[in-house]
Amino acid sequence: MNRRVTFLIGALLLAALPYMGVPQYYLHVIILILIWSFIYTAWSLMGRFGLVSLGHGAFLGVGAYAVAMLWNYLALTPWIGIPLALLFSLFLAILIGYPCFKFRITGHYFALVTLALSEVISMLIMALRNSTGGSLGFTPNRFGEGTSIYALQFGQKETFYWIALVVWIAGIWIWKRVDVGMERHALDAISEDEDAAASVGIHVTRQKLRITIISAVMTAFGGILYGQYQMYINPQTLSGVGVSLQIVFAVVAGGMYVAFGPTVGAVITISLAEFLRVLIGTAMVGLDNTIYGLMLILFIIFLPQGILGAIMEKGSRKKALRNLATAVSLNIK
Amino acid sequence: MFDVYLLETIINGLLLGGVLALLALGLNLIFGVIDVVWICYAELVMLGMYTIFFLYSKFGIPLVLASLAGIAVVAVMGYLVHFLIISPLLGTAPINQLLATGGLLFFLQSFITLLFGVEFRNIGLRLPVLEFFGMYISFARLLAFCTAVVGMIALYLFLAKTYMGTAIRAISQDRDVMVLMGVNSRKVYLATSAIGGGLAGLAACLLVLQYDIHPAIGLSFGPITFMICVLGGLGNMIGGFVAAFIFSQVIAVGGFYFELEWGYVVAFAIFIIMMFIRPQGILGRRS
Repeated sequence: MNRRVTFLIGALLLAALPYMGVPQYYLHVIILILIWSFIYTAWSLMGRFGLVSLGHGAFLGVGAYAVAMLWNYLALTPWIGIPLALLFSLFLAILIGYPCFKFRITGHYFALVTLALSEVISMLIMALRNSTGGSLGFTPNRFGEGTSIYALQFGQKETFYWIALVVWIAGIWIWKRVDVGMERHALDAISEDEDAAASVGIHVTRQKLRITIISAVMTAFGGILYGQYQMYINPQTLSGVGVSLQIVFAVVAGGMYVAFGPTVGAVITISLAEFLRVLIGTAMVGLDNTIYGLMLILFIIFLPQGILGAIMEKGSRKKALRNLATAVSLNIK
Repeated sequence: MFDVYLLETIINGLLLGGVLALLALGLNLIFGVIDVVWICYAELVMLGMYTIFFLYSKFGIPLVLASLAGIAVVAVMGYLVHFLIISPLLGTAPINQLLATGGLLFFLQSFITLLFGVEFRNIGLRLPVLEFFGMYISFARLLAFCTAVVGMIALYLFLAKTYMGTAIRAISQDRDVMVLMGVNSRKVYLATSAIGGGLAGLAACLLVLQYDIHPAIGLSFGPITFMICVLGGLGNMIGGFVAAFIFSQVIAVGGFYFELEWGYVVAFAIFIIMMFIRPQGILGRRS
């Protein structure tokens, strides 16, 4: 009950943030952090079970481009466009996931197949440059004054902040649901040993496909949100190898196995990038990624459970030791 | 109907295949022997290209010497990659090694950006374009093709005839038993990494003749190089060679009829489908 109250207070504080006189720029950074946290959380749903996908850029791109293009060319409102785009990314996830799991492509083969998928999507965006704008990017048409529920465009940053907050909380909720569900144990078993998992009656392909679909659809939704917020999308930020690796990096840094790990990863990476950009300006382009790269290597070698993972592990170990100590002292008495 | 342009495209595709085969050669060796994906492999090639560019264009060192220095630098880098990053991770899940080299990819790419900026550079050397029967063929590509063939033969001889080569082949067959036989696996891995790096340096020498150098160049070659290695069958040099030509033809002919990106789209799609049909590679044996 106490935890619930803490969560409620936290949620209220977060919701009230725009009224606390936070400058627009910080609000912008926080919105970005929330959107990317949601995407990273989506990735970690798969990543924590050993399904390391380097193709999540593909889902981001498919989602964002589908909605924006349906809006610009067919004047289809995002209210219809978003479900269509999510459906499309669901089909894409099945198209790539089903054969992968059926033919038991795992480990780095799976990573390479998904890498190829993200390249296919990014090349397709380039190849269709007459309608997608290629590497120049794509700008959804403004509707009227810039704020419209019909077009899901909001001029006010505050509105987007609340949307992003709700979406982020939903992402954490889904993560928790997966974490406490029966499927989680099945997926854990699969990631340890597929044959053994199958032998105790786990439907390996179905389980893996389900989590892949959840993750892919969430990622696509994150891409759509990003597109609607920035009102500009391009293949470098929303598809291809670069963003796919960036997702992996942030999640690994924050911690793959804890609910708020991806969020911590997003906070670290985005605030570091913004901090360096403000501090040094554009004179030292690439400094942020230089630091990320170095950190990623060090994290994988020394702290594979991520920052938050390590902190929580330490906490739980302390608690366990304390419990042990009391148990022992009780026994002695 | 005979189309001279199509033939030109096919020949140029064949020569592009040589470049890709050379790129895949070193990665294939590392992939096959150590069973690690160096996702930063193309970034090592980029490092070699920058080395050659600076030695040749800025310090006026003759191109041949600069190229040799480039090969040496990348070979040392290959050694360091294994020594510093892969060897602490050898016992962990394979995906960790992939991610750590992914970190190196980020690091190299942005560190180079930090040092030299994002502008495109080239060594300012234009090799002649050869003309045969109305077809134009790039001399640089021809050179790359020949080097790839020579490089593959040399690697084959090294693996087949020398003691170290035999040790490398043996350890790629069974990494646990060879240690019991008294082979120092650490030494073999380091040697393999250095040779793999050297081959990346060799690829850099030939790419520098044809392409502009920029920090993100690795992203345009990297993915296709992995696909070639996997499509050919891991550690299977001949398979990798054949796969390189299949890819280059798909890209060249696809680019001829449509646009270059379509060639890539089709090539990657073929890769995905081939992974489902023959995960052991086109020339691989089913294990």
